[in-house]
Parts: sequence; structure tokens; C-alpha cells
Amino acid sequence: MNGIEHLPPWAAVLTAVFLLTGAAVTLIGSLGLLRLGTFYERVHAPTLGTTLGTVFIAAASMVCFSVLESRAVLHEILIVILGAVTTPIALTVLVGAARFRDTAERAQLGEPVGRAMPHAAPGDASAGKAD
Amino acid sequence: MSQLMLTYSLLVAQVLLGLAIGCGALRIFLGPRAQDRVLGFDTLSVNAMLLLLTVGIRTGEALYFEAALAMALFGFVGTVALAKFLLRGEVIE
Repeated sequence: MNGIEHLPPWAAVLTAVFLLTGAAVTLIGSLGLLRLGTFYERVHAPTLGTTLGTVFIAAASMVCFSVLESRAVLHEILIVILGAVTTPIALTVLVGAARFRDTAERAQLGEPVGRAMPHAAPGDASAGKAD
Repeated sequence: MSQLMLTYSLLVAQVLLGLAIGCGALRIFLGPRAQDRVLGFDTLSVNAMLLLLTVGIRTGEALYFEAALAMALFGFVGTVALAKFLLRGEVIE
């Protein structure tokens, strides 16, 4: 607790609002990871939630340190750029791997390899099966 | 007054991020298939990075920012390596 008490009120309120918004959006995204049904639906929730949450929390950090040090402290923007660039790449590779695994599993079971989406065929057995 | 509000909102934000980390950990434990576990690991690492940023705001030290940057980078590398492992069965071909 060194530094926060020197913040002027408007900066403290702005930092608090950014922090709460970012944390709430991140929690909503992670709850989507827990609650959605299939893997291909689950991929969407944390990507959107954590990216927007990163933007808000980095903005809160930028406001706080810029006001405390009386100069523009903008290095948190590195984390925003890194998150915005790497999250889509990582999850595209992951979905490609999951689709490959589903297709290979269907070919092994002798089912027609047309659509690899588990929710495309109702009552599909491979949707909730453990490894 | 507003400083007190900032202190409490930091606490609330850290609790919410802790719950988000719990969601990721639960998906790692529950996740029916391997790709669900990798997705849970990715979410957990990004949420832990955000928690480190809030700790940095609380203490007012710039050191936590660098740790958060390294954590974001290693989370990305780990997720891509695990996805490549699921795809091919080996990481480096």
C-alpha cells in the first residue's frame, strides 16, 4: 500500500471502474468456459472475455501509474498487443488440433467423415466422451 | 474516501479474478477431452497474468508488470506447444 493513497480522487475512481469492469468481464468469460456445452462453443467464451478484460485492467494500470509518476506510463500496452495477437493464434491452432482429433476418431469408428463438428450431428456419442 | 473505494475495488477485482482462475482450474480437472484441458490451461494462465497486474497496482511496483509480460508470453508458448502435441504426437518435428 505505497502510492495508492497519493492518487487524486478522479484517478482513483477511474482506476477502480476500469479494474472492476475488467475483472467482471474476465469472470464472465471464464464462467462461459465452465458452462457451455461442447468444446467448439467453449473456445469462444474465454477468448473474448480475457482479451477485453486484459484491455480494461491494463488501462487501469496505465491510469494509476501515469498519474502517480506525473508522466505517460504506457508500457502496459505491450501486454494488450501481446494478448490481442497471441490469443487468436493459440486458439486457432488448438481448434485445428481438436478438429483433426475428431476427424481421426470418426474415421477409426467407421463413421462418415463429413462434418467434424460434434453438434452438427444430434445424439453424437463422441461429444462428451472422456479420453 | 475515493482511496478507500479504490482499495476495496482492488480487493473485489482480485476476488473475481481468483474465481476466474478457479473456473479455469475446474475445466482442467473436469474437461472431458485433452483439448478442453489445454483450453483451461490457457484461460488460467491469462487470468493469473491479470491477477499479477492487479497486485502491481496494489503495491505500486513496476516489477510485477515484467513478470506479467513473461507470464503472457510463456502461456502462449505453452498453449501452442500443447496444441501441436495434440495434433502430431510430438512438439518438434
